Amino acid sequence: MKEEENFALNEQFNLTMIPGKFARKMRTCKIWQFFRFMVINIKMLIVVSKSH
Amino acid sequence: MARLVVMGGGVSGHTTATFAKKWLGDEHEVVVVTPNSHWNWIPSNIWVGVGQMKKTDVVFPLAPVYEKAGIDYRQALAKEIHPNGKEGSDKPFIVIESTKEGESGQREELEYDYLVNATGPKLNFDATPGLGNGKGQMGTNTVSVCTADHAVHANLELQQLFEKAKKAKKDGTGERQKILVGTAHGMCTCQGAAFEYIFNIEHEATKAGVRDMLDIKWISNEAFLGDFGMGGLHMKVGGYTVSSKLFAESLYAERNVEWIIGAHTSKVEDGKIEYELLDGTKHEETFDFAMLIPPFAGVGFKAYDKDGSDITDLLFAPNGFMKVDAKYDAGAYENWKASDWPSTYQNPSFSNIFATGIAFAPPHLISKPMSSPNGTPINPTPPRTGMPAGIIGKAVAHSVCNMIKKGKDVTLHRASMAEMGAACVASAGKGILDGSAAAMTVYPVVPDFEKYPGTGRDTNYTFGEIGLAGHWIKHILHHMFIWKAKLKPGWTFIPE
Repeated sequence: MKEEENFALNEQFNLTMIPGKFARKMRTCKIWQFFRFMVINIKMLIVVSKSH
Repeated sequence: MARLVVMGGGVSGHTTATFAKKWLGDEHEVVVVTPNSHWNWIPSNIWVGVGQMKKTDVVFPLAPVYEKAGIDYRQALAKEIHPNGKEGSDKPFIVIESTKEGESGQREELEYDYLVNATGPKLNFDATPGLGNGKGQMGTNTVSVCTADHAVHANLELQQLFEKAKKAKKDGTGERQKILVGTAHGMCTCQGAAFEYIFNIEHEATKAGVRDMLDIKWISNEAFLGDFGMGGLHMKVGGYTVSSKLFAESLYAERNVEWIIGAHTSKVEDGKIEYELLDGTKHEETFDFAMLIPPFAGVGFKAYDKDGSDITDLLFAPNGFMKVDAKYDAGAYENWKASDWPSTYQNPSFSNIFATGIAFAPPHLISKPMSSPNGTPINPTPPRTGMPAGIIGKAVAHSVCNMIKKGKDVTLHRASMAEMGAACVASAGKGILDGSAAAMTVYPVVPDFEKYPGTGRDTNYTFGEIGLAGHWIKHILHHMFIWKAKLKPGWTFIPE
């Protein structure tokens, strides 16, 4: 799989984790990212309110 | 009528001055002294550095904003602090030198009742041989994204490199270009900015169709990727609690960005750096384009007593940052506590002097101290990002206003970095439909291992996630904080 090719490039890359096709696709899936936008904003607002 | 003088008009100083003026009204004076004529939203400089924004997108002139707010604005460099006055006068004052066109170099004594040092860092390019020009400015061997002008220049160089790569691809010569991004000294901070820049370059290179002609490499003083000067962070993912190291390394591997870590860049030349690793070995790395963050220092104030004697050491730590209510004798790493960190930012020798943002002297690092067998310190120094800088600035404004209105013995407002969180968004590529950014919160900024054994942080409020949503957030924050800094309607409702 293309997503796994970088594991072979060097030892540094070989010993970590690389996102597969689904994980990469979800990063720019507008519907999913809109949902994550809401969740992240809520989480950030909570941290902001705890900090003031 | 009391006078508050704020030295510095960046995120922290601007926050201090604007809130103080709002709360003090016309009854008291607020003066801002800054050598800059424009305010810069520094987090977006990386986008200027890759040509995705123009300089005018990230700066605006200060004079009209301060005039609207009723703040006395002096475009000048503050040089000296005289906290006990001078012969014949007990009134404390600072010495400033104008940077305004037509008045450049003119010196003035500016008296104050309260003084806030929010001058930010000196970009200490000359700390690494070959990085600076020997006169305190950036040299010609590398580029920078620390200021808007630096970022404009960086983009020009980057685009030239992309053109070379395109030509090589078209001509079939196979000539590859080497890009190096990271830190230029063993004691740098701001790894986050370099992280954003390297991945934005990678993103733009892919869009330009030249990614396959580039070797992109990272170099930093971090002991592990994802340290960011905070000792990294731990977050809950998929039922596990995971170190940021794992996700940082994953992104570098995914985007084919090799890394050199635990490195002190010891020398920079045209197309080459020399560096030392934590194991004491010395190496060289060549490049065609390099963006290396310089180490920071205090801006270099001198302080004098009433009789003219030098009392700089009383106010400032050896690194030039101002002493505040921190525990500077905390000793070894094993003895560090969250309570070492300041909370009121009041100078211990002069109760009417405060330091905010990057200008205050931290008690020690956040990351674990490391040095090579040769004795070279190679460890990130503590970051002070926008949110903590703004919160501290506002807390100090509150404290000073209370001291002015109610007397010097009021209880001061607290804003310890060991008791506040930070929200950070690290861009990994700009694009409303194809961009991404790592949206993170960390709570608290400075880990408290007594309160949160194991990770030092509350993992219910510490998280990180990369995606398009993060990019949307960063873009919105760009517009939101420039709106706030321009004091447009509702600006006080936007939290720091």
